[in-house]
Amino acid sequence: MSEHSSYLPGNAAEKWLDERLPVVRFAKEHLMDFPTPKNLNYFWTFGAILVMCLGVQIVTGIILAMHYTPNVGLAFDSVEHIRRDVNGGRIIQAVHSVGASMFFAALYIHIFRGLFFGSYKAPREILWILGVLIFVLTMATAFMGYVLPWGQMSFWGATVITNIFSAIPLVGDSLLQLLRGGFAVGNPTLNRFFSLHYLLPFVIAAVVVLHIWALHVPGNNNPTGVDVKSSRDTVPFHPYYTMKDLYGMVLFMIPFAWFVFFAPDILGHPDNYIQANSQVTPAHIVPEWYLLPFYTILRAIDFNVLFINSQLGGVIAMGLAIVALLVVPWLDTSKVRSGMFRPMFKWFYALFVLDFIALAYLGAQAAEQPYTTLAKVCTAYYFLHFFVILPVLSRIETPKPLPTSISESVLGKAHA
Amino acid sequence: MTMINTKTILAVLALALGLAAPAMAQDHSAPHIEKESWSFAGIFGTYDRNQLQRGFQVYREVCSSCHSARLLSFRNLTEEGGPAFSEEQVKALAAEYEVADPTSATGTRKAVAADHWPSPFATEQDARDANGGALPPDFSVLAKARGITDAFPWWITNYFTGYSEGGPDYIHALLNGYHEEVPENAPQSGGKPFVLPEGKYYNDYFPGHAIGMAPPLSDEQITYEVAEGETAVPLTLEQYSHDVASFMMWVAEPGLVSRKETGFKVLLFLFVFAGLMYVTKRRIWAGIEH
Repeated sequence: MSEHSSYLPGNAAEKWLDERLPVVRFAKEHLMDFPTPKNLNYFWTFGAILVMCLGVQIVTGIILAMHYTPNVGLAFDSVEHIRRDVNGGRIIQAVHSVGASMFFAALYIHIFRGLFFGSYKAPREILWILGVLIFVLTMATAFMGYVLPWGQMSFWGATVITNIFSAIPLVGDSLLQLLRGGFAVGNPTLNRFFSLHYLLPFVIAAVVVLHIWALHVPGNNNPTGVDVKSSRDTVPFHPYYTMKDLYGMVLFMIPFAWFVFFAPDILGHPDNYIQANSQVTPAHIVPEWYLLPFYTILRAIDFNVLFINSQLGGVIAMGLAIVALLVVPWLDTSKVRSGMFRPMFKWFYALFVLDFIALAYLGAQAAEQPYTTLAKVCTAYYFLHFFVILPVLSRIETPKPLPTSISESVLGKAHA
Repeated sequence: MTMINTKTILAVLALALGLAAPAMAQDHSAPHIEKESWSFAGIFGTYDRNQLQRGFQVYREVCSSCHSARLLSFRNLTEEGGPAFSEEQVKALAAEYEVADPTSATGTRKAVAADHWPSPFATEQDARDANGGALPPDFSVLAKARGITDAFPWWITNYFTGYSEGGPDYIHALLNGYHEEVPENAPQSGGKPFVLPEGKYYNDYFPGHAIGMAPPLSDEQITYEVAEGETAVPLTLEQYSHDVASFMMWVAEPGLVSRKETGFKVLLFLFVFAGLMYVTKRRIWAGIEH
């Protein structure tokens, strides 16, 4: 992308470095000069907010790991030790556990922004797929992190979720034992989850680098969905978007701090303050809120289909829910990216958001009527949206006329 | 335009966080529990030192004969924002207790302020044997391990009020929820009347209603000392249960006061900082139509 570069080494030392390792040139091109559409709204700040979330989790997590003990006899008390006896531990621990929820809140907003403005469409398919990969890795990391305090929900959540893998034909049982390090969730499980929970964030960081790389090839999508036509449509990333993103991050820290300091436990479950006990099953085993939509889809399949039993069926449905996200660039074939110019899509999008919220709500309810039926309906609608509504809409919908360029749209708005 | 967008995002954020609400599974069989008034509730809430000292007295004289508090150290009782006993008081208190010490000639020694609160039973089995098979739960984080459920959609407001007193509300209800005999409105199973197993007690709020703990507190059971110039608090079950639930909350969350104090500073900073950032951002974007 050297065509954007206005970098001239300022002195002999910079020149020397530039000829050997052009990091300064790279930073100038990609962090400062990078041409960015000038009409991005605040939903576009969530990318930067997510980088911040990942950073916060890694920094607080590394400090927590200095004081945490991954042993079934000591883990629960070691987390309390961090809260009670480690300097600043109470806040660091709260930032890390609340941070997981805030990470997912931002992640869902970021994903749903992409779904509305068609950010997954050509030429950004790889960018989108890498994003879905980050989402899946983050879910895995968060799930394993939730096991570490070794409370009742940690233990039983781990038991239920690892059990999912046993549904896989042929290799299921071996895979289950490999995950657990034994026949049941126990000390080996806790140890390997701790190890992986420390590893995966760095894998996520690596995929984030690819994600940003893939972003910097075509450049940002924007609320109109219209391609950048000329340099009049863009502004340099710095200082315009560095400033806007920083402002977005500070705003995001306000609800974050609210939870950390005034209700650090409200996003968790009281049962996780009871030490893990394999002899006592909690009345309701509920995963963390951010896993609930997918948990509902897993549970919704409580019937056998031909040779597929309900357990395997649930796993297939949950896997398919992620696959739907992966292939959405090829399901939604409408040439118009932004939902702003798609009169029918707009409504179906809103319905899909409601469906997703309903799925989350239902995931926390007991497996009884009317919730089980509602869960089936909402699950069915989830797939209907991706595999029927989006392809059909692309064919039958007449989009509104698009502005010829970002500048025109911006000027039109200013004069309206 | 920018302000509208900010509002939209805040609304979406609130909605996304609303998703978290169902994490509290709703148990339909659970009876309704009233929310009590607690000194430590809300954003300005702090512990009432006198109440914690009374609650400690209830714990020490009654609860501690069965319930351990293994994460509580004697030294914690001197902490600011907590019961804040003097160091002398706590040293003298600790010296009344014997703790196991294999390095001592007798195998035990007098406790010091650094020791943890001694557990009433050596093992879980001993505890069960002494309590008809039931295990009295440890008090260390018990107040955070219990909660109450609000009906849909009222739990959404909890995220905005920061409601975190479900544990004390439950404990208060439990201590006041005993019946001498199985009440007529007890749940029936298959048309048959409720059967209370031998050695159990009926409680409105305990899951399943049959609790192993005998009613632990009753009116005038504990005598509070009245300091000079202060009015005496009533010696009632209602008062005792409030005091001990507050004490249990402090044991579970000893840093609550300093956490909220820090929170005010952090939020104040963030609001001012966000304001400055907004102004700066506008200034930078002033020349750009966007």
